[in-house]
Amino acid sequence: MSKTDFGPPDYRELIPPVIKENYGRWQYHTIPRPGVVKHVSDTGAVINSVRVASPRLVSSDFIRAICDIADKYCDGYLRFTTRHNVEFLVSDENNLQPLIDELGKKGYLIGGVGHSISNIVHTQGWVHCKSAVTDSSGLVKDMMDELYEYFTGKIKIPSRLRIAVACCVNMCGACHCSDIAIVGIHRVIPRINDELVSRMCEIPTTIASCPTGAIRPNPKIKSIEINADRCMMCGNCVAVCPAIKIMDPVNDGVSIWVGGKVSNARTPPMFSRLAIPYLPNNPPRWPEVTAAVKNLVEVWAANAKQGERMGEWIERIGWERFFKLAHLEFTDKHLDDFTHATTTFRSTTQFKY
Amino acid sequence: MDNGKTPLLDELEKGKWPSFVTELKKAAKKSPIAAALLSQLEASYKEKIGHWKPGGIVGVKGYGGGVVGRYSDAPERFPDAKEFHTFRVNQPAGFFYTTKKLRELADVWDKYGSGLYNMHGSTGDIILLGANTANLQPCFDALSEIGFDLGGSGGAMRTLSCCVGQARCEKACIDSMNIIYDLTLHYQDSIHRPAWPYKFKIKVSACANDCAAASARSDLAIIGTWRDTLKIDQAAVREYVAGGLDILEQVVRKCPTTALAWDAKKKELKINADECVRCMHCINEMPKALHIGSERGATLLIGGKAPVVKGAMIGWVLVPFIKLEPPYTELKELIDKIIDWWADNGKTRERVGELIDRVGLSKFLKAVGLKPLPQMVRAPRANPYIFWSEKEVTKNE
Repeated sequence: MSKTDFGPPDYRELIPPVIKENYGRWQYHTIPRPGVVKHVSDTGAVINSVRVASPRLVSSDFIRAICDIADKYCDGYLRFTTRHNVEFLVSDENNLQPLIDELGKKGYLIGGVGHSISNIVHTQGWVHCKSAVTDSSGLVKDMMDELYEYFTGKIKIPSRLRIAVACCVNMCGACHCSDIAIVGIHRVIPRINDELVSRMCEIPTTIASCPTGAIRPNPKIKSIEINADRCMMCGNCVAVCPAIKIMDPVNDGVSIWVGGKVSNARTPPMFSRLAIPYLPNNPPRWPEVTAAVKNLVEVWAANAKQGERMGEWIERIGWERFFKLAHLEFTDKHLDDFTHATTTFRSTTQFKY
Repeated sequence: MDNGKTPLLDELEKGKWPSFVTELKKAAKKSPIAAALLSQLEASYKEKIGHWKPGGIVGVKGYGGGVVGRYSDAPERFPDAKEFHTFRVNQPAGFFYTTKKLRELADVWDKYGSGLYNMHGSTGDIILLGANTANLQPCFDALSEIGFDLGGSGGAMRTLSCCVGQARCEKACIDSMNIIYDLTLHYQDSIHRPAWPYKFKIKVSACANDCAAASARSDLAIIGTWRDTLKIDQAAVREYVAGGLDILEQVVRKCPTTALAWDAKKKELKINADECVRCMHCINEMPKALHIGSERGATLLIGGKAPVVKGAMIGWVLVPFIKLEPPYTELKELIDKIIDWWADNGKTRERVGELIDRVGLSKFLKAVGLKPLPQMVRAPRANPYIFWSEKEVTKNE
């Protein structure tokens, strides 16, 4: 039998010598050009990191191609970022410009550093997830085709802007704390196959899975029923009982959320809040979603002060002003009616028109 | 079987951003299983619905998780996608690789699977997408041979992940990469053999910028901080100002506690250390001039998670400051206490934050042996419905 429980490869064997020697001794960094970060150690040692876009879903060819480049210019060392970018780690500064030239020639996009739109953190979508309402990879491709100049630094923006896509309301991928989040949603209550429920599902578990208590047993037919008034289409019951279906290609769609962040810089972390409750699921180019996101980016970029994240800007001007500036309709869907709803209601006479 | 044409996906090969469809096609040239995925995905684009069946338990010898079973719901149309399982492979800390290591991985995956990857999954693992059931064990054996182990799935400790930390960041207050490597080795059994009510995630960010999104995405977030005063290099401050930085507008006025002052005459930046909440803003703006303090450690937050089941939460302060030096004994003891309490009291699919929300922070703190501190709350309670125990009152006979 193979060896088990030995854990991941030891990172100490995978970092370049300049990092090994200067581990914990980095003093500062500069951004000599968009997409390049130069770190300087207290020993005077320097490492340049060149960040390039990746589709995240990649082939072995892609992996070997970036390895070829890293062998040529980075002594065989590279890394990935928490936002799926590839970083070429350049120890010898003489290799920096030739690397940038070759990346440019080969069509890699260099960017995603500092005040920019970095790569979009996203989920599996139709490529591999059983609960996907939409295709995350496709949405990312469409949005970034439209927004790539914010990645490469050609278009300047007031601060960093972090976008995330989740293919269902499980929101894998920090959608609940992103400047802009795109989340696949259902709008129709689940359908129950009564015959299969008794064969495939544990009824008490299914009942307990519902966060609003909308499911009750139907002992006569050894199945369950859903109280439509209380069902918020979260899909939790579907996750525990395969005899329940919620997918609906006609009514499923995409929602857009704004103003979240995880960093503690200046202001505490913030949740993303609902901006647009529903847009149609319209592959392969999702034009409605792309246009809506572009509008949000542009409205923020035009109105925010230097250094202000989306959520900080909205908090300063007020949500009522945000809806006006972004030309978005405020509807009953924007009123929270779940666990922490009352924390979102306004208790002051201070507001704008 | 579908005809293999992909007119809708072909649209996604146009445009400047790197195309995942191009990647799928490259893999499809070599692997029938990748070709089947491409055809099935085209069908999803056309029909606006996914084609993966729910559930299906598969695995490799000695592990209770780490492989996610996936089956096509239309095997007659996409026979090679009938079984399309995923390996979650534990990534190296900080996502650092040598090309040698990556090439070894690619060789194994080309041999046994689709040749498709996510670099990386949302939790941090290398995701190897698409292998049939028969290939799972031989593929794992080959992965094991080249030094790659599986990550977590199900009701287990999930694969730990972190920011780049001290490897390449001047703001790193803790050695995030060493912490997750150490904890990962320590908790191998908990990662590989699901035994808990639901998932438990640990992420480490070496400073409050939280590049690993730990506070939002992990049940236990470990976030680097310091307890003394941040360091100011006045000559470097003057350099930034001479270089055009509007220090009043961009730095001083953005300090959340007005702890900074700029003496324009002396050209000196002053800090009232007692008022500083270590938010990182000024250091972010002037990395060459301002540095993290010397007495370094971490703040621990508990309960962060995405919406399932009772709504999204951002972690709550549990330990304002803890020193973190190998072998991290105090941290591990606390983690064990938290998990024991949660495993004993949590309902199925209830994350630790939801359990705390249900039974109360006070009960949780008692169970794990921590004292309540004002740093844990935004404000004290505003309602008078207080629990008193018999021990706290005088018995009135």
